[in-house]
Amino acid sequence: MTKILMIAFMMIFTQNYVLVQFIAICPFLGVSQKFDSCIGMSGAVIFVMTLASAVTWLIYTYIMVPLQIEYLSTIIFILVIAALVQFVEIFLKKFVKPLYKSLGIYLPLITTNCAVLAVTLLNISENYNFVESCVDGFSAGIGFGLALILFCGVRKAVERAKPPKSWEGLPITLFSAALTSMTFMGFTGIADKLFG
Amino acid sequence: MNPVLIAVLVLSGIGVVCALLLVLASKYMAVPVDEKFPALRGALPGANCGACGYAGCDGYASALAAGEESKANKCIAGGADVAKQLAEILGVQYEAVAEVNAFVHCRGNCSATCKKEIYEGARSCTAAKLLFGGDGACHFGCLGYGDCASVCPEQAINIINGIAHINDIRCMGCGACARACPQGIIEVLPKNIEVFVSCSSHDRGPAVKNVCSAGCIGCTLCAKKCPSEAITIVNNLPVVDNSKCTGCGTCSEVCPSKCILRGNKV
Repeated sequence: MTKILMIAFMMIFTQNYVLVQFIAICPFLGVSQKFDSCIGMSGAVIFVMTLASAVTWLIYTYIMVPLQIEYLSTIIFILVIAALVQFVEIFLKKFVKPLYKSLGIYLPLITTNCAVLAVTLLNISENYNFVESCVDGFSAGIGFGLALILFCGVRKAVERAKPPKSWEGLPITLFSAALTSMTFMGFTGIADKLFG
Repeated sequence: MNPVLIAVLVLSGIGVVCALLLVLASKYMAVPVDEKFPALRGALPGANCGACGYAGCDGYASALAAGEESKANKCIAGGADVAKQLAEILGVQYEAVAEVNAFVHCRGNCSATCKKEIYEGARSCTAAKLLFGGDGACHFGCLGYGDCASVCPEQAINIINGIAHINDIRCMGCGACARACPQGIIEVLPKNIEVFVSCSSHDRGPAVKNVCSAGCIGCTLCAKKCPSEAITIVNNLPVVDNSKCTGCGTCSEVCPSKCILRGNKV
């Protein structure tokens, strides 16, 4: 139980994919303009990450390890995640209409999201078991959502301000992203003390 | 077995399984798309302005396709052409679209009125209004920070001399500006109205005179002189009943502060 809590805490705060490990910066900058799309995107990422963690762990443990082709994990995971996301999209469209309406347009974006691939590869390299992998995927998604929503608020404030001409647009956004990421450095080391 | 062969076989095997899964899924879980929807959506202009009352063009098109919405003339941005196309696709009778434009009920520009305080905050009317009800000397008038201009999908609004001006040719009457204006001084009215009151101040005469030379002083002369009794004074402001108005222009002539304008010459 302690390990699971520790994984969740690490993924959300100390090892936050976006703000600490700088993975998935593209959707982070692209989708964080509007609060509604932040919520939609985070929901979709949480959903897909959990599912992808579960499926890739099963494939790795029951197909790739017995056949000794662990070195193919990156390419197989990409393939499986892409197919999985497409399948989920079709499935939601048919059976869970409201969920499709709120997450639908973000699902294709996630097909090639590097954070999803990163979480599956990390599960393997950290030797997590099935439950730990799922928790890892889920909390990594929460961490992504937290970063996105926090940064959305920062951006709203930045929009109102008038930066110098040469800083307008992307430069000021990247500056504020850097500052937001520095705040997450404050969590470093807490996990060891808390659960160690 | 050769390890290279195993790798190739497993990878292509997983690929084939995934492909099969997706093919089967798309075959058995396909959702039939209403054949009218793409045609309806294609006919709409795609401005997503919200004038029809739906979240966007997609929303209006799907409501029409599903039969939840029966009126094909709700797209104000598209006008008569779009209404005709929609009616044709749906097979219903064509009804004329009300041609509307946005009007600003204020003419208090920087030469007519002044600022009561120096506002240094965010360049937004909503933000400015939060601070003591705005920096304008008149409590009701245009603040001139352009919240309306920033939401206008057609770039039809310009802030000239501290006041919003609407470009009649570009304006498609979606009303996004009216919803954005924190003062509520923008109104969407039929294009062909005869007279138009260019002031929103509910203050009494002397109070208006003190702060703005273009404001309505509530003298009620227009209401008294109107031959068709189309004008009533509500809260120190004339209200024109367009069904009674004959467009004679008497009100505009007698108005001492010239804040009743004729026709579309705003």
